[in-house]
Amino acid sequence: MAILKMNENTPLEFGLYSLGDHLLNPENGQKVSYEQRIQELIEASQLAEQAGIDVFGVGESHQEHFTTQAHTVVLGAIAQATKTIKVSSSSSIISAADPVRVFEDFATLDLISHGRAEIVAGRASRTGIFDLFGLDLNHYDELYEEKLNLLMELNQTDKITWSGQFRPDLKNMKIFPRPIDNTLPIWRAVGGQPASAIKAGRQGIPMMITTLGGPAMTFKDAVDAYRETAEEHGFNTSPESLPVSTASLFYTANTTQDALREFYPHLNVGMSFIRGAGYPKQQFAHAPDHRDALMVGSPQQIIEKILYQHELYQHQRFMAQIDFGGVPFDKIMKNIELIGNEIIPGVKKHLKN
Amino acid sequence: MNIVLLSGSTVGSKTSTAMKYLQSEINQLESEHQVQFFDLKELDLSFSDGRNYLDYSGDTLTLTTALMQADIIFIGFPVFQASIPGTLKNVFDLLPVNAFRDKVVGIIATAGSAKHYLIPETQLKPILGYMKAHIMQTYVFIEERDFSQGTIVNDDILFRLNALTTSTLRVAKVYAQVLEEENAQYDF
Repeated sequence: MAILKMNENTPLEFGLYSLGDHLLNPENGQKVSYEQRIQELIEASQLAEQAGIDVFGVGESHQEHFTTQAHTVVLGAIAQATKTIKVSSSSSIISAADPVRVFEDFATLDLISHGRAEIVAGRASRTGIFDLFGLDLNHYDELYEEKLNLLMELNQTDKITWSGQFRPDLKNMKIFPRPIDNTLPIWRAVGGQPASAIKAGRQGIPMMITTLGGPAMTFKDAVDAYRETAEEHGFNTSPESLPVSTASLFYTANTTQDALREFYPHLNVGMSFIRGAGYPKQQFAHAPDHRDALMVGSPQQIIEKILYQHELYQHQRFMAQIDFGGVPFDKIMKNIELIGNEIIPGVKKHLKN
Repeated sequence: MNIVLLSGSTVGSKTSTAMKYLQSEINQLESEHQVQFFDLKELDLSFSDGRNYLDYSGDTLTLTTALMQADIIFIGFPVFQASIPGTLKNVFDLLPVNAFRDKVVGIIATAGSAKHYLIPETQLKPILGYMKAHIMQTYVFIEERDFSQGTIVNDDILFRLNALTTSTLRVAKVYAQVLEEENAQYDF
């Protein structure tokens, strides 16, 4: 199993992530250039590090409205621009990639970052990547399971002999370079449903589960099922061995009213572009309730939500998606500031008690 | 309002005939409506493979986008094997969950036998309900004998279609007003 070093100075790691959203800002109808968007993300990672945030993740989407398809390249730049923050994918679509190449890329990222690289291996929530790389959507599940298993095997063995359906056989092959600890932390991205969480438990692999919206309690089933299944399969389910991370849409401002008012246009427009249906106001109006999974509100409200979720899930890391729907950079900076100054200290204080 | 009429069959003519009549009725009403007519007979649709509807192309994307952007949808279908046609079910399968939230849906069914009268009730309404539609409870059921030479010859059916049009538009209008009032109270 990969050596996953969680921050011992906090009961709950705090991370930021982006899928490299590249949408019109609904406030002013402007769209920044690709160049600016990517530079902003690199700068955001530096600000996050300064704010005491533990992890910065970048994901790939391979279709319109996104910039960070080459997420490992962006992560390389982030690794070079930062010193202590962990650099992670969020996620790497392993189904559409060659796991050998992914391992090589992240081993290299680990060397560039002096041991800060992590992989979150995902299955793809959008299908652009399947069309682009000529993959059959009918193999959606099989591609993911086979390639994730190969990635895990590459991580565990120095010399690999492997055969499967979707990649040429490997006979007694070594992969170079190896990461600093010889293995990389690999998480399985889980979409919120217990079925996928159970698979993560069966594999004995750390789980990152998206808790996008609705009652936070509904995701407890998946988290419990994950740990139960891992235990049934003989894995050590201690937090050090099999940590759980959640991943949520996130927006904070000085007051909850400001947060709601500022974020709604981004959420609504972002959902319309990406999923083809906006976010109903009636549903959004529930967001401030601490039991609702959508992480929108004042810093105090966010702290309450995180603490409530921590009671439910006993998770070890929380990942906040900071730029959904084209949130502009000045607002991202404000979010990072509030996270660093108020939210992280608030969460730490309460959890240590 | 955006109104979409969907003639939900690739076979036969009765459903298309009824839907075209309905379209002419709507066109005679207020002119502020945008009306789109889709006949599955004339479309080349993909089978649903689980992807988001935005990731399809061609007719599939055009139809699903129109349905997603509609305020009012009229669905017409013939009864096949005591249920809705598979081609119509495919349209629902192409759409996301909650696809009909905040939309009002009216139903027209055609059939060879009066014994199929409850098919819309038992086969279509549960699907529309799951997809969060506001369903017009009274639907129009039209039999073979109500048609002749490509037209509807039973005045009772014509009256029922007229009533379905006006009542569906009325409910949609009321619903839109309520939603607007409710949305206005939010500060975002």
